[in-house]
Amino acid sequence: MNTAGTTKSLHDIGKKLAAVGLDGNGNWQEILQNFKPADVERALSQPVGLYSLNKLAALVSPAAEDYLEQMARLAHQLTLQRFGRIIQLYAPLYLSNHCINSCLYCGYSTASKCERTRLSLEEALEEAEVIASEGFRHILLVSSEDKDFITVDYLAKFAKNLSSKFSSISIEVYPMSREQYAKLYQAGIDGVTLYQETYNRKAYAYFHPAGPKADYNERLAAHDRTAQAGMRRLGVGVLLGLSDWRIETLALAEHAHYLMKRYWQSQVSFSLPRICTAYNVSINYKYLLSNSNFVQMMLALRLCFADAGIVISTRERPELRDRLVRLGVTRMSAGSKTSPGGYTGKTEAVKQFEIDDRRTPAEVAAMIKSQGFEAVWKDWDAAFGPD
Amino acid sequence: MDELVIAGKKFSSRLFIGTGKFASNEIMAKAIEASGTQIVTVALRRVDIDNPQDEFLAAIDRDKYLLLPNTSGARDAAEAMRLARLARAATGINWLKLEVTPDPYYLLPDPVETLKAAEGLIKEGFVVLPYINADPILAKRLEDIGTATVMPLASPIGSNQGLKARASLEIIISQSNVPVVVDAGLGLPSHAADAMEMGADAVLVNTAIATAAEPVKMAIAFKQAVEAGRLAYNAGAPARSRTAQPSSPLTGFLTDR
Repeated sequence: MNTAGTTKSLHDIGKKLAAVGLDGNGNWQEILQNFKPADVERALSQPVGLYSLNKLAALVSPAAEDYLEQMARLAHQLTLQRFGRIIQLYAPLYLSNHCINSCLYCGYSTASKCERTRLSLEEALEEAEVIASEGFRHILLVSSEDKDFITVDYLAKFAKNLSSKFSSISIEVYPMSREQYAKLYQAGIDGVTLYQETYNRKAYAYFHPAGPKADYNERLAAHDRTAQAGMRRLGVGVLLGLSDWRIETLALAEHAHYLMKRYWQSQVSFSLPRICTAYNVSINYKYLLSNSNFVQMMLALRLCFADAGIVISTRERPELRDRLVRLGVTRMSAGSKTSPGGYTGKTEAVKQFEIDDRRTPAEVAAMIKSQGFEAVWKDWDAAFGPD
Repeated sequence: MDELVIAGKKFSSRLFIGTGKFASNEIMAKAIEASGTQIVTVALRRVDIDNPQDEFLAAIDRDKYLLLPNTSGARDAAEAMRLARLARAATGINWLKLEVTPDPYYLLPDPVETLKAAEGLIKEGFVVLPYINADPILAKRLEDIGTATVMPLASPIGSNQGLKARASLEIIISQSNVPVVVDAGLGLPSHAADAMEMGADAVLVNTAIATAAEPVKMAIAFKQAVEAGRLAYNAGAPARSRTAQPSSPLTGFLTDR
């Protein structure tokens, strides 16, 4: 089991973000505006794939917008070298859309009048069988914060049922205690995706007014516990659109770098979900990203983290996803159904968000192949993990 | 070329091929063929080792190549041993490239867990080819417990940096009684030739071939480089010395010799 980081008490990530002014209390907007082309060029001449806050800041600054092609070339080369000509595929499986949180952007929030669905273990297994039959060996179990039903026992039992069908099982649910994560690791779950959504405290408070998720600090500390419990894959991310993406990228990177240094046996992956239309949600988001912004963010992260995973979901449109294959992405979902019961089609549950890439997994794999890449369905083995 | 002997098995090629990172199974198969290799290593994490229909495995002709499973991704000895046993049970292959790589970023081998796993696996009858850092003492320790080779890295895996660990590799080669296969970090045919000239018994190449613009051509280039390097080594390459040696700077005055 990964015990790194438990033996000595290091400074906590919350304090770190506050110290560099990346939790919304800094003057980063002004700092970023002041980067000049020469700063970007200096950042680009530094060793490719290594991180420093200042280097990343230059690469996400407005000044770097004129350097996207150069950044893309470097990112493509580096990703090719480190990961090869492959894109790993995974599928999300939604288990429940009952929720005790009130996130303003989400169709599953307590305020939403949407119909609620929970999958029994049997129903969930039927969904998983569809996913397995499509070729997937990596699965992500997703649920809203439905602690009464999607319990640790539920997830542990389900994971054991899945072990013969899947090589790697990750979860994207709600923050847990270290003991709970450890129990899930023992049951065969080896990855946890948990987005901070936004690192900006004011925006966080605004978008998460009630429920356990309103606690910024609690959520921020969760990944320390996932890693301490032995989890091998840590997914971090921000929901792009809630706050200034440039500053969010810096905060995200600081968090990832902190996790990498402290929990050296776990691999950190970045997810870059852009906010999507959700059921019964009408908000005019102030900080939506253009495609160029989005690509700049991805390239900047790659150029600072040579070996981090970069995950792209079906939230993005096919035309863009096709282009991203060559720009540093390492993992993609395909054929995703974003509602509980969506794969078997037995329930008519409301989707958490609308997906934009509706192609089948086979079609996505063919697209990857047509670009000279291999779609990899299995890149892990259930034999890894605890006895 | 003179034969390479590992655990009593003879090989005429001294180039091992790794199978990650290729754009397709077809390209991989062609590159393997072109390389003239006889030993092909496969990450157990990438394949369904017990499925004869596995597309990846099907691309490698087991009659032509020795399939060398590897435990890449194993975090500790227990995981590596478990994977090794499953692979042997499924395929009957008892050769194993032992990789214990707890750090997911640089995939550097864990010396403590590697030694522990090697010890256990050898007791269970495995032919163990351990991937190690270029650590001469660890190499001797592994040889002492009966590994079939040692496979020290030239530089971090996938880095294409060549023989950054030259000084330690030279010591390992000079001291080893088992074949030394230089593994990881060879980015160019000249790096491979360099290792062979130095006296390595074989080299393993993956990234440099798989991610080349034309993998098949690059495989041929590596084949030729390995052969040239070995030939040069056998031909008695000029003495490998760190200092220049003028003909007789100190004794040249002895004209009456």
